[in-house]
Amino acid sequence: MQALYAQLLVGLINGSFYALLSLGLAVIFGMLNIINFAHGALYMMGAFVAYFLLNLGGISYWWALLLAPIIVGIFGMILERTMLKFLTGLDHLYGLLLTFGIALIVQGVFQNFFGSSGLPYAIPDQLKGGMNLGFMFLPIYRGWVVIFSLVVCLATWFLIEKTRLGAYLRAATENPTLVRAFGINVPRMITLTYGLGVGLAALAGVLSAPINQVRPLMGADLIIVVFAVVVIGGMGSIMGSIITGFALGVIEGLTKYFYPEASNTVVFVLMVLVLLVKPTGLTGRAA
Amino acid sequence: MTALTDDTLPVAPRAMRDEMIVFVVMALLLASVPFSGIYPFFVMQALCFALLACAFNLLIGYGGLLSFGHAMFMGTAGYCSAHALKVWALPPELGILVGIAAAFGLSLITGYISIRRQGIYFSMITLALSQLLYFIYLQAPFTHGEDGIQGIPQGRMFGVLDLSKPTVLYYVVLVGFLAGFLLIYRIINSPFGEVLKSIRENEPRAISLGYRTDQYKFLAFVLSGTLAGFAGALKVFVAQNASLTDVHWSMSGEVVLMTLVGGLGTVFGPVVGAFAIIAMQQYLAGFGQWVTVIQGSIFVICVLTFRRGVVGEFAHYFRRSL
Repeated sequence: MQALYAQLLVGLINGSFYALLSLGLAVIFGMLNIINFAHGALYMMGAFVAYFLLNLGGISYWWALLLAPIIVGIFGMILERTMLKFLTGLDHLYGLLLTFGIALIVQGVFQNFFGSSGLPYAIPDQLKGGMNLGFMFLPIYRGWVVIFSLVVCLATWFLIEKTRLGAYLRAATENPTLVRAFGINVPRMITLTYGLGVGLAALAGVLSAPINQVRPLMGADLIIVVFAVVVIGGMGSIMGSIITGFALGVIEGLTKYFYPEASNTVVFVLMVLVLLVKPTGLTGRAA
Repeated sequence: MTALTDDTLPVAPRAMRDEMIVFVVMALLLASVPFSGIYPFFVMQALCFALLACAFNLLIGYGGLLSFGHAMFMGTAGYCSAHALKVWALPPELGILVGIAAAFGLSLITGYISIRRQGIYFSMITLALSQLLYFIYLQAPFTHGEDGIQGIPQGRMFGVLDLSKPTVLYYVVLVGFLAGFLLIYRIINSPFGEVLKSIRENEPRAISLGYRTDQYKFLAFVLSGTLAGFAGALKVFVAQNASLTDVHWSMSGEVVLMTLVGGLGTVFGPVVGAFAIIAMQQYLAGFGQWVTVIQGSIFVICVLTFRRGVVGEFAHYFRRSL
């Protein structure tokens, strides 16, 4: 039973990353109509920024949690201003190709300087150790990751679905010209939205730094799974990506316990099954 | 949504003639390679990728469908051909057929699943399906995991052509490439190809004209996947191995890059693009990981500044269809 709970916990942690990443993808897709292929690379940058902050600046994990998303978010906004904005009105496949190119550049540069092996990032002192819950031993840091990302996801959901800013954002997705007529600076809003989505990816990167090693390709393979999560969830709603993200993480964890051979493929198999039954995904609207 | 490819040029009556002239020049140039001192293995490898890119272009350039998992067809056909040649000891021509049949079967299944969704979702489903296959091949016993299938016997094609001789092998690969190329050329200039183009330009209108567009797209997907499999089967003889790199999604990205550089929806673009990218990898190999950075930069530059690609820009400038 211990092993089952351990795999469930791993599943929940992976689920947190899936949820944070697919949430960022959904926010960006809603506003810019771009599938952000660079998302994995930006997630990796988040982890690396945390590493630099600690090792070069002596800045702790807690500040990295705030600073890394901001730094990477600004980098993302520069990308949007200098490149992505020229794609408005073009077929959205060009957005996929452009961000794929950006991902190759970013990952290639990091691979040149840091090779492919991982760099260690220590768990902050306050979150070291674990708790005995009676039925299992819970490392505090892992519990923290799950709870913190859940809070961030719900906060983002609240921001977009329940606040005035979010209402503008959703309106601008539907009809940018009309929203502009109300005196709202739509291009700036698009830039900030991209920054927000990228910031969420970087935040996931910082959270994962103490668990996984900090590697240039840490996002490259993860992002394909996240794309599968997005296809299953269906990009339709913010809440949809959060729930699908966590749920698939848990399912993956359970598979690792009951039938480990399939743990790499279970998400993709699920995707095929869901598509055969419901081509728009679980919560999606028609493409 | 604007069209993916530049097809605003009126197709002049001389278009077919232009294309045939270019085709003959290309065939003659390629046929003279063994006498030119160019390393034939480099050209053979480029030819396999050129065929793969042409097959991929059939889908995106004429059907408007961006498959981001096209390497799965090449990789699957490669593994199956390699297995047939090495373990079952089949002659080369049957080994190629096994590979093509495998790619055909795979494209039937993946096409059925993916064709129901459009645009970006289609790309992501093909990507995820190819990653699914990647993990299966990583664990399946017959692929030998990380090692791949190595030391594949080249054998005698039809009992006479000794494929272990580089010149013979070169001409066999060349004939295979030219045959595949002509088949694709025939498909895009057929009534079927015209319907495909109309779907690319305006799918709702094609539906309102009474075309069952899903069936056309599905057929295009199967044709494209099967031809990509043919490229993969040929590549087994050139590389004499089948490995995981050919199924990994980064290979699918390279195919997209080749087609984009050459020109989406142009007849000769994928060939030019494949040669350019393979040459770049060959001659820049010493730069290590910087090659990835250069490839990424080419992607970015192509998308931002010349979306028509090399051949597309050329054709646009001279107002020719190429």
